[in-house]
Amino acid sequence: MTSTTERAFSHKKLERNVTLLGLCALGAVAIGGIVEIAPLFWIDSTVEKVEGMRPYTPLELTGRNIYMREGCYVCHSQMIRPFRDEVERYGPYSLAAESMYDHPFQWGSKRTGPDLARVGGRYSDEWHRAHLKNPRSVVPESIMPPYAFLAERPVKVGDMSGHLTALSRVGVPYTKEAIAAADADLVAQADPNGDPALLKTRYPKAQARDFDGNPNQVTELDAVIAYLQMLGTLVDHQKAKAFEQPR
Amino acid sequence: MVSLLSRVGVWFFIALLAFMAMALGADQAYSVHMAIICVAALIAMAASMNKFDFVTRRFPALGGPALQSQYDDDPIRWGVIATMFWGIAGFLVGLIIALQLAFPALNLNLEYTTFGRLRPLHTSAVIFAFGGNALIATSFYVVQRTCRARLAFPSLARFVFWGYQLFIVLAATGYLMGVTEAREYAEPEWYVDIWLTIVWVSYLAVFVGTIVKRKEPHIYVANWFYLSFIITVAMLHLVNNLSMPVSIFGSKSYSAFAGVQDALTQWWYGHNAVGFFLTAGFLAMMYYFVPKQAERPVFSYRLSIVHFWALIFLYIWAGPHHLHYTALPDWAQTLGMVFSIILWMPSWGGMINGLMTLNGAWDKIRTDPIIRMMVMALAFYGMSTFEGPMLSIKAVNSLSHYTDWTIGHVHSGALGWNGMITFACLYYLFPRLWGRSRMYSLRMINWHFWLSTLGIVFYASAMWVAGIMQGLMWREYGADGYLVYSFVETVAAMFPMYLIRALGGLLYLSGALVMVYNVWMTVAGHLRDEKPMTETPHNADADRPYVAVPAE
Repeated sequence: MTSTTERAFSHKKLERNVTLLGLCALGAVAIGGIVEIAPLFWIDSTVEKVEGMRPYTPLELTGRNIYMREGCYVCHSQMIRPFRDEVERYGPYSLAAESMYDHPFQWGSKRTGPDLARVGGRYSDEWHRAHLKNPRSVVPESIMPPYAFLAERPVKVGDMSGHLTALSRVGVPYTKEAIAAADADLVAQADPNGDPALLKTRYPKAQARDFDGNPNQVTELDAVIAYLQMLGTLVDHQKAKAFEQPR
Repeated sequence: MVSLLSRVGVWFFIALLAFMAMALGADQAYSVHMAIICVAALIAMAASMNKFDFVTRRFPALGGPALQSQYDDDPIRWGVIATMFWGIAGFLVGLIIALQLAFPALNLNLEYTTFGRLRPLHTSAVIFAFGGNALIATSFYVVQRTCRARLAFPSLARFVFWGYQLFIVLAATGYLMGVTEAREYAEPEWYVDIWLTIVWVSYLAVFVGTIVKRKEPHIYVANWFYLSFIITVAMLHLVNNLSMPVSIFGSKSYSAFAGVQDALTQWWYGHNAVGFFLTAGFLAMMYYFVPKQAERPVFSYRLSIVHFWALIFLYIWAGPHHLHYTALPDWAQTLGMVFSIILWMPSWGGMINGLMTLNGAWDKIRTDPIIRMMVMALAFYGMSTFEGPMLSIKAVNSLSHYTDWTIGHVHSGALGWNGMITFACLYYLFPRLWGRSRMYSLRMINWHFWLSTLGIVFYASAMWVAGIMQGLMWREYGADGYLVYSFVETVAAMFPMYLIRALGGLLYLSGALVMVYNVWMTVAGHLRDEKPMTETPHNADADRPYVAVPAE
């Protein structure tokens, strides 16, 4: 460090020039993100296509938004790791494609409660109703907060087209018809007397029924149960299973 | 006069826009937020109309002695008080949600007080409100002293302070009303993000502006860390919060990314909120306040250069370790793990540089409770930056991920490193900012130290036990080849650990309350008459020559 003049570069240059220091710092912190994240957008194998994936129906989407609003993600993951115990407890491990329409992802980081990636169809609607209103009525040891207010709150119908439009702008393949029919589809999915045929052509495997036990009204409870009951049900895991490459 | 009028005009215009947005709001939460912005803009308008410094006018004690200091310290005085206020709020909410996990009845059957809504309130209050205010206040203090120059753009500096408080209020009320993007530590919705961007760019302008007008030839090492923290947080915030609002008159937006890409972008952000907000920024505090309090120069200049560049370059890569064994491609997971392990070294570089600064002043750990806090903070920094790389190893992570071990790890860093170093810096700042000879009571600092340390020990050890137990119970197989425990049995097993954790939190909060009292009395101008922290004993009876006493 004695004769700094002989050196081509000395750290003192950076220490005397805030622009240079700032630019070098920005350069240093930009590299990691560019190398790690950017390739995920163009390497095809990042999200391998599987059969069965479709965008959420308007009712499921509403339920998902309530799931996020209530912060369910802070205690429930939606990402089954490829371990024997997890696969036996929760079902086949999660595939990248299964969250390809999730804006944002809801993989979670903590399991204060169990994983929900494949909770669809595991419990009856009636169980979900009781559980959401008072979790301890069906699971005495549960520490989940009660969500009884969901049953009293009607779902706001009327701006679902706006939600589907926003999602289509960020890449979810909703068709024009689906966007135009969004409000009608929402009501149709929770109406026990309606005809869900059109809904099911737009959204294969969509489950249409009265979810919350109150046929007169589409409530937030309808939406949340519709969302929970579809989680993990879209992909046929026998078909999507990894097979050994033939030699 | 013209500039005053235009400033009033701008605030009035913003108030008007917010009022219209409130009226047109598609959802209630959005309208409430716009009403808050409208009121804030009207207050700012009134303040600039009267050229009236509300805080110093109303509370003269908060203005402090302008003459004794030539530096622009008003925003710093407000900042240290805001740090205390949000700290107490954040710790209190933390204690409440810790108790909710033990006693679910405390969710109170109200939508506003459920764990799911309060938990983001807790994390944001401690990281962004407590930590953020500490960073802004100390950076304004340090950059002036190390540059020997007053703050550049004084009005903008005041805007940064108040604008940041508005951001906190909008974020916090939003969480309670369920306005969230549902991505951890980046929950505020799109319009709050835009507001934070404006505040943050102003912050960068004030900080860099002050460095530009410095009277010292060199930029001090603390300022490198502050600068990289401000720049990197701007980059992370902008990229991670790219989203598509449903309507400009509604709070809801959808993330620009989906699934795998969204997950990695989010954890690239999330991990570097830790790396730059809670590490680089707080190392900057360490690099100024530890040498000042110890009255010793920084241990190694060369080490500070090497570990600075290594730390900021490596930290960015570590994000994928939050996504081990998920659907994220394996190459990205492995890359994240490798860089996380390498990161251990530059992290310890900072710890070594801080601890070794005490060379020749180690006795101060015994005599100076502020130094004692700083050393404990650095020790916890060292521990959690060892634990972090260990947890990022995939084999370890397969057990620890999704469990309370992660929560314990975060808290040994946040309570031990960020909390303790912040308290120490505040204890350094309060007497100086208000022109007092010392804090009201040094013994109370010592009490605070022990309450906090004990609290962290209870907290971290309870979470280690809870996490490892959870992980092992989830994967335990019986001789019959079936899983031994149902999920809910593992929940029930957590109960005693959750109680001990809450006790730890209570101790930590009590320590902070002792600090509030101490600070209050210091600002009010009192000095506690107390025994000094050390006394070299003097026994007057023994202080005489030996005189033989004849036997009787």
